[in-house]
Amino acid sequence: MALLQISEPGQSAAPHQHKLAVGIDLGTTNSLLATVRSGMSTVLQDEHGHALLPSVVRFLPNGEIVVGHEAQAQQSADPVNTIASVKRFMGRSLHDIADRAHIPYRFVEDAASNKQVQLQTRAGLKTPVEISAEILKALKVRAEHSLGGELTGAVITVPAYFDDAQRQATKDAARLAGVNVLRLLNEPTAAAVAYGLDNNAEGTFVIYDLGGGTFDVSILKLTKGVFEVLATNGDSALGGDDFDHRIYCWVLDEIRDKVRNAGSHIAPLNEEDTRLLLTKARQAKEWLTDNFEAQIVCKLSNGTLVDVTLSATQFVELTQHLVTKTLTPTRKAMRDAGLDIADIKGVVLVGGATRMPQIRHAVEDYFKQTPLTNLDPDKVVALGAAIQANALVGNRSDNDLLLLDVTPLSLGLETMGGLVEKIIPRNSTLPVARAQDFTTYKDGQTAMSIQVVQGERELVADCRSLARFELRGIPPMAAGAARIRVTFQVDADGLLSVTAREQTSGVEAHVVVKPSYGLTEEEITTMLTSSYGSAEADKKSRMLAEARVNAGAIINAVTLALTADSHLISIEEKQVIEAEIARLQALASADDAVAINKGVDALNHATEAFAQARMNASVARALSGKNLEELKL
Amino acid sequence: MSLNHFDIFGLGACFNLDLQALESRYRKIQSDYHPDRFVTAAATERLQSMQIATQANEAYLTLKKPATRAQYLLELQRIQAVSETNTAMPIDFLMQQMEWREQLEDAKLEKNMEALEALIRTLKTESNQLEADFTEQYDLKKDYTSATDTARKLIFIDKLSSDAKSAIEALD
Repeated sequence: MALLQISEPGQSAAPHQHKLAVGIDLGTTNSLLATVRSGMSTVLQDEHGHALLPSVVRFLPNGEIVVGHEAQAQQSADPVNTIASVKRFMGRSLHDIADRAHIPYRFVEDAASNKQVQLQTRAGLKTPVEISAEILKALKVRAEHSLGGELTGAVITVPAYFDDAQRQATKDAARLAGVNVLRLLNEPTAAAVAYGLDNNAEGTFVIYDLGGGTFDVSILKLTKGVFEVLATNGDSALGGDDFDHRIYCWVLDEIRDKVRNAGSHIAPLNEEDTRLLLTKARQAKEWLTDNFEAQIVCKLSNGTLVDVTLSATQFVELTQHLVTKTLTPTRKAMRDAGLDIADIKGVVLVGGATRMPQIRHAVEDYFKQTPLTNLDPDKVVALGAAIQANALVGNRSDNDLLLLDVTPLSLGLETMGGLVEKIIPRNSTLPVARAQDFTTYKDGQTAMSIQVVQGERELVADCRSLARFELRGIPPMAAGAARIRVTFQVDADGLLSVTAREQTSGVEAHVVVKPSYGLTEEEITTMLTSSYGSAEADKKSRMLAEARVNAGAIINAVTLALTADSHLISIEEKQVIEAEIARLQALASADDAVAINKGVDALNHATEAFAQARMNASVARALSGKNLEELKL
Repeated sequence: MSLNHFDIFGLGACFNLDLQALESRYRKIQSDYHPDRFVTAAATERLQSMQIATQANEAYLTLKKPATRAQYLLELQRIQAVSETNTAMPIDFLMQQMEWREQLEDAKLEKNMEALEALIRTLKTESNQLEADFTEQYDLKKDYTSATDTARKLIFIDKLSSDAKSAIEALD
């Protein structure tokens, strides 16, 4: 299909089967999924008609696991085994989690798994990845049930400000759940897609996304189906939960005061009471969106009766600093994009927490315009993700959208003295490659350790370490004589690879960065086998089917390309390609998936020069003799 | 394939660039060659599309900003505007430089946001004048020696301006 597109830009490709793809919004508070049906992005509901699946997982005494409303209902009764807001712990160590004293879970730091935090439940130790996987499994079941077939893949959204450890944890969760991830998409970008396509919007827009646990702000330029992210910023530990928490602390202060006035003191809260009060706090917050005051009434397990009234004005005062905290990243993003308030055509609010009136007022004050709220802030992210998923599996649609996304955080490496040298600055458009030369520090130095880090701070200790690898075999030279070129490459999926090459000898080391927080292959395999038992035969037949589909697609593409452009290569080259096609056709009719995949690789290899020639010819064709009018989109 | 940053957008190599044309051609290239358009294509084509999209991003970034555009144009003439052996600067510009640096340091110490913003505005005015000079020297007179001096000033000012912006960010 892509080959056809090159030879005839603008013409539609050969028709093919519609693939089942979904967009998943894996939220802190709620998760949901959407798909494109007859050209429209639609949210998929469960059998009770619920669109939102509360992101709550409960481990039952009988070994069963329940997810969603049923789990949420038991939150206060069984807090230790009912995990909510697990997204806040993804890719995090215990040390990263603020306020853990007020979170009713039993955290365990596991030295063996690279300090990834774990939760003690009655089902044993659980990582946030495993708990998230349960939510994804529930969504997958919902998808396959309502679409009536197996999913080809999913686009899962993540906060734009998630770092690589958090992104990798999300991908690991999807693998555990058996969901094929087409792409991790930034939540504000997904929202912009849904909003932009729905409103046929053109111009520069700000997406202000305050979710349950994360805050993101992105600035996008929308031009005829191209969504260009100009800048993104945020705070991956700030969200609606923090507003609940402010109310919770206020209630505690109130009861302490009352108890103290009565000449007594209050015992520390147990986990059930903490969860109960947090739930009451959340309800009060939601109530205050449309009301002047909220009454919080409940009975703690020790018999203490809580009965307090919180006014909307008090709530605004209590949370003023949280609202202000969202404006700092907003200003940073505006500066990075080099824009003034007057350049902004519209501000789109995303995330349930943007329903709070104080948020709307703050956004309105800063941008001097009324924010746009015509799409459901809970659903817009999933709707946008579904549109991108549909495009990425190759389903044709009328709105040919393209997303140009950016790196949210700077990438660099450690230099002498624990300092960070930035190689790829934040907000670089993907794909991006950058190289920088380094040299040796000591005479006769033959190896160099390269530590890859992510973050904006100047000291390595303040950034997140993503990987460490070594370049060995540097010829001994005087200090400062060797020329080591380090190249960072981030592809369209956001995957980083780093290559170090000594220029005179050509010795080279390469690493595809898998953050040290991610699970190892063995861990994933163990988790997969323990959760699925022996589905080996099943896996084999699926592999064979996939291999055959791949082979068919490439044979089809190459044949079409040869018909259109065989004049670009010699007759001998053409014969080699045709021989590989014939070989692959024979392999595809047999039952050996590995052999088929090898045949696909061989055909790919044989067509390298041809593909390059076609690309060059195509670029030349696209640019030669076209005046500006024709090139305008 | 070795296309330079102007070639890839089908634009002539000059400083006085039609920025709207640059932007629309950048979008056109990405629309046609971005890896997301090739998800179902063969591996070699995916790699090619990534290379084209990567270069388009790099080229767009370089040509968009006057300082880097000037520097790149000189590279096309095999001139390194900034290098260890090429550091000569007129004395009056150096004096001016130092004065701006002092203003920046004072504003940082005083945490004076307005002073930082005023400095950025001054630098912008200065930059506009240098851009006009560079157009004259490079595009019209092909006087690459003078153009190199101007480019160096532009790069200095650009660096200072981004330092002032980071100072504002640190205060925020």
